[in-house]
Amino acid sequence: MSILIGKDTRLLVQGITGNEGLFHTEQMLAYGTNIVAGVTPGKGGDWVLNGKIPVFDSVQTAVDVTGANASVIFVPARFVGDAIFEAVDAEIPLIVCITEGAPIQDMMRVRQYLSSRNTRLIGPNCPGIISPGKSKVGIIPGNISIPGNIGVISRSGTLTYEVLYALKQNGLGVSTCVGIGGDPVKGLSFADMLELFEADAGTDAVVMIGEIGGTEEELAAIYISANMTKPVIGLIAGIAAPPGKRMGHAGALIEGSMGTAESKIQSLRSVGVKIARYPEEIPGLITFL
Amino acid sequence: MRLQEYQSKILFTAYNIPIPNGRIAESASEVRQISEELGGKVVIKAQVLSGGRGKAGGVRMAKTSEEAEEYAHEILTKEINGLNVRKVLVDELVSISKEIYLSISNDRMSQKPILMASSSGGIDIEEVSRNSPDKIVKRVIDPLLGLRDYQLRDIAINIDLDRKYWQDFGEIINSLWSVYVDCDATLVEINPLVITTTDRFSALDAKIILDDNALFRHPNLTDMRDKDAETFSELEGRKIGVTYIQLQGNIGCLVNGAGLAMATMDILKDLGGEAANFLDIGGGAGAKKVENALRLILQDDNVKSILINVFGGITRCDEVARGIIGACKEIQTTIPIIVRLVGTNDEEGLHLLEGTCLIPAKSLLEAARLAVEQAAEASE
Repeated sequence: MSILIGKDTRLLVQGITGNEGLFHTEQMLAYGTNIVAGVTPGKGGDWVLNGKIPVFDSVQTAVDVTGANASVIFVPARFVGDAIFEAVDAEIPLIVCITEGAPIQDMMRVRQYLSSRNTRLIGPNCPGIISPGKSKVGIIPGNISIPGNIGVISRSGTLTYEVLYALKQNGLGVSTCVGIGGDPVKGLSFADMLELFEADAGTDAVVMIGEIGGTEEELAAIYISANMTKPVIGLIAGIAAPPGKRMGHAGALIEGSMGTAESKIQSLRSVGVKIARYPEEIPGLITFL
Repeated sequence: MRLQEYQSKILFTAYNIPIPNGRIAESASEVRQISEELGGKVVIKAQVLSGGRGKAGGVRMAKTSEEAEEYAHEILTKEINGLNVRKVLVDELVSISKEIYLSISNDRMSQKPILMASSSGGIDIEEVSRNSPDKIVKRVIDPLLGLRDYQLRDIAINIDLDRKYWQDFGEIINSLWSVYVDCDATLVEINPLVITTTDRFSALDAKIILDDNALFRHPNLTDMRDKDAETFSELEGRKIGVTYIQLQGNIGCLVNGAGLAMATMDILKDLGGEAANFLDIGGGAGAKKVENALRLILQDDNVKSILINVFGGITRCDEVARGIIGACKEIQTTIPIIVRLVGTNDEEGLHLLEGTCLIPAKSLLEAARLAVEQAAEASE
């Protein structure tokens, strides 16, 4: 089983005719994802990938014509806010935003808007979702994981791949991997994903990949303590990062003593999460109930 | 991107937030001139992007313009936390009746803007926040609706501000909110916002940090970037399109992805080594970018070994290999370079590295071990 995506997913790609959009649409199709439409304002009526996917001028039109029920966003950072608003107003239940660099206040406004709507947002600045052997929404390479019963949630991009690869090398498979992204203001969080994995019959353990900045891992620890019966294994990047330095992700800025790797590791350990020192250590720490 | 105090004050003026009379100066004689204009009693403030300016002797109060010139001379030759003082701000001294703390920043917990105010403003505000947190009023602002008028009164009431100041205080908060929104700031802070003995408000200090992701829509603000606040390498990093941060160790790092780069540094530390830098080449880097990045690392004399860790998704390992080989041909270094490539076209990439002096590794742990060993050997 998988969470968020599955055989009922009818995906539309916002920004399909751009370089990133087109390249990854082809990859997703090859992996088996059901892509029903693309949206690029001004290119409505075109087809991409040798007539495989129709392009529309607007998300609403695409939804009306194809019944799309999920969107993946590849539009440039300056258009991310507007693209999300458009998809939310078209009542798409799941939006996965890959784009990096969205202005923080744009995302604050998006989040505020989402709080009164029924759409789930993953990202921005994330690699997306993959359910190995079934479907992928985003840019996670298809050949580094195998189907199985471990859920993976991550704030990182390539570090996620490293973990998936380590699991695969040890014969361990993944039910769903969700990259929630590295931005300080974003959609769903660790706690939200843990809830979905706890309820998913196909997942028996969860791996959490966190990093410095913010309090998300600490909030996840509170959720785990109150609600999680399945084992959780954590990897927190940034132990060696000196405070006050921006390390790439907008989200990874340490503020005072909050948001340090130590504080996250401490919170998670205190609720029974096993902490790996590096990706290759994770497979050895996984046990099932 | 952080703005200097004097730049922040210029923005404040544009938004009608009152500031003391003052001007920027680059020499002690200029300072003397300005303080003569201002009546002799001034405060001279080093303009550097570092905290603790006061403690480092970068903020001095002068009673006469002779004193001002003398202090300016001292400050302009200072280095504060590794930053050269090239400019000072000369502000008139103001008689203070009350010091208020006021800021708008990004609250990670609620993921919304948060306004903070306190009537115990001044240099001890962090201590106040530790010892008497209830003295700091915090209010989350709806990012779609903005500040409500009643919130302005609510804050004034909760910091026990006398009614006669509510009007002006409310206007200042509104202006601060406008600065925050219009400039795409992540922080706008006034500490202290004083009420003078003549019942006027004045922002004695100003701190603005801008959201780097939004700079594309503020070219005029981007021009204000203080190039002195970053190391040469960090500036170079931006030029070649990578994120480079100088650190203290002796193992150079080149990685694709911020999380993976941090994890790589963590493993090095776990094995007893220390990274000389953080370097993220981002996604889809071509040979040229990799070559430039490697060259940048090799400029650091502290580097005794280099660890290249690339997990190729959209990044192609053969491209990375070409970049590394290109850089090595140009620079002819004897520094051991350990290369670990996994993912898209990794076989091809590793094949290209055969016969070169580059040290291939399959696992991240193995690569990190080699890098630490090589650095230790070279240091003996």
